[in-house]
Amino acid sequence: MKKSILLSLTAAAALAVGLAGPADAEIKIGSTLAVTGGASFLGDPEAKTLKMLVDQVNAAGGVNGEKLELVQYDDGGNPNKARTFATRLVEDDEVVAVIGGSTTGATMAMIPVFEEAKIPFISLAGAVVIIDPVKKWVFKTPHTDRMACGKIFEDIRKRGLSKVGLISGTGGFGKSMRQQCLDVAGSAGVEIVADETYGPDDADVTPQLTKIKNAPGVQAILNAGFGQGPAIVTRNVRQLGIALPLYQSHGVASKSFIELAGEAAEGVRLPASALLVADKLPDSDPQKEVVVGYKAAYEKATGQPVSTFGGHAYDAFQMLVAAMKKAGSAKPAAVRDAIEQTKGFMGTAGVVNMSATDHLGLDLTAFRMLEIRKGDWALVE
Amino acid sequence: MSELLQFTFSGLTVGAVYALVALGFTIIYNASGVVNFAQGEFVMLGGMITVFAHAAGAPLPAAAALAVVATAAVGILLNKLAIERARGASVVTLIIITIGASIFLRGAAQLGFDKQLHRFPSFSGDDPIAIGGATILPQSLWMLFGAAVVFAGLYLFFTRSLTGKAVLATANNKLAAQLVGIDTDFVMALSFGLSAAIGALAGILATPITLTSYDAGTALALKGFAAAMLGGMGNPFGALVGGLLVGLIEAMTAGYLSSDYKDAAAFVVILAVLFAMPQGLFGKSAQERV
Repeated sequence: MKKSILLSLTAAAALAVGLAGPADAEIKIGSTLAVTGGASFLGDPEAKTLKMLVDQVNAAGGVNGEKLELVQYDDGGNPNKARTFATRLVEDDEVVAVIGGSTTGATMAMIPVFEEAKIPFISLAGAVVIIDPVKKWVFKTPHTDRMACGKIFEDIRKRGLSKVGLISGTGGFGKSMRQQCLDVAGSAGVEIVADETYGPDDADVTPQLTKIKNAPGVQAILNAGFGQGPAIVTRNVRQLGIALPLYQSHGVASKSFIELAGEAAEGVRLPASALLVADKLPDSDPQKEVVVGYKAAYEKATGQPVSTFGGHAYDAFQMLVAAMKKAGSAKPAAVRDAIEQTKGFMGTAGVVNMSATDHLGLDLTAFRMLEIRKGDWALVE
Repeated sequence: MSELLQFTFSGLTVGAVYALVALGFTIIYNASGVVNFAQGEFVMLGGMITVFAHAAGAPLPAAAALAVVATAAVGILLNKLAIERARGASVVTLIIITIGASIFLRGAAQLGFDKQLHRFPSFSGDDPIAIGGATILPQSLWMLFGAAVVFAGLYLFFTRSLTGKAVLATANNKLAAQLVGIDTDFVMALSFGLSAAIGALAGILATPITLTSYDAGTALALKGFAAAMLGGMGNPFGALVGGLLVGLIEAMTAGYLSSDYKDAAAFVVILAVLFAMPQGLFGKSAQERV
């Protein structure tokens, strides 16, 4: 991977020397994603989406008359590697903006580099710490885990329930979401009556679920985690014959979760972006055009089913291009200011209204509550 | 009471996975003193090959048989291409070669298959069996049954068969084994092939419960190795008991203490046992005979 990048860079350099034309100025956009490794289910669709969009924009004549060039690295979700690539993007590749950081860990490791170099950076990772407190050069597109907790608790209250048994993975995502859920539970009118955890490689969580089942007054179960854990939790809940409503996080929002959990997934609810139910949205829905368009383009380009994670990259890229067009230049400072002024942008995650105090720009309405029915997503409304 | 039973079932389920992985370590260790760190990758290959063969239309038993044969071939190739060529190298060098092989196999699986999580249907459906207010999945019983069969097979192999004794002799003193007419190259190839086949079987039995992906082997190998150390490296009975014990300790800790301390508790027990009995619960102490 690294070698092929080096090789193509060398080839590009040789070409540039050979042609040495004046007109071919290019806007360089950097990206480092977890294309391989444990978080590759995030980074892989993100990388494919970026590549597809850059080709699309270039085929249509580029931005402000200049072609885009994507410099992409694979950090495998490893914060150390991500930081090295961040430095390389700034110092060697001299990019004007960066999209990336599939995981919160990688993102947090890169933030100081871009803050110091004054390069706008749009993260594709989930946790709220990325944009709270606000950092001048850092933005992000996915919903936060805090919003996911809020949305789930809202739905639980709507069903007239309030006592929740929480089970979470000990990985970065599960840990962060557990903390956020505990934080917002009080103000959402929800009481956490059990708080259990499981490791990322655990094959069975029936002891933890037995404890939750026996917790006094428990009315619903919430699982914060991604990877194989949620599928195993879901299967174990059914194995134990627990009839309580089961909520999963937005981290499992892909078709493979339904396949892995099988029939046990019936009735599971989770907050997710409209992308998963693109075809089922009513025609009057203002988001329909965007999500249907991206879904069709992605599935045609890659032959794989669309996931919300690729959608995060789509939103980041479109916002960046819109900002460059608006600013009329690709100067990092001008682009940053234009991103911050994004208003009414319709992305796959929802309507984005950025401001100097909000570098995410999404609210709870951006999440849709979905339920798994007959092996497919259905809107709960 | 039903709580205790549920925790026990959970411990047996997880423990059966560990025991199956731990059993795979014993043959190569008995033949050469090498701890094969690619054992987890054999488990992964067993699961992944079955998944992809099944998805390509093969019935589950055929897919599983293919996975066992193909993984055994990978094991024999690993011995032929990497271990045999390092003839005369120390055991530590050979162990490091197996670490390299594990990284290679993981990378190859990532490219050859994909990076997604997979599973295939359980052998006897997913309807839990209820006993005394607790439930256990039929697949857990399959795993326990598989672990028992593999254990019995290995026990008979090492104590009753001439080939098994040749394996032990090779480990004890390779030169002397050659002098009495044992084909040590064949013994090594056989042990890698058998270990890989046992690993593949473990992967096939466990995948409906644990799920599998190209990198599933690392974590399994670590727990399986810990279980094998606890029971006594090289002893099939030790591997079986060690695996079930680690699983039960984890489940009881998660149930009665806190799930946060689950892994820690298992490792504390292992450390304590190894402190008092460095050879593990059922391992023979190494003796230098003059």
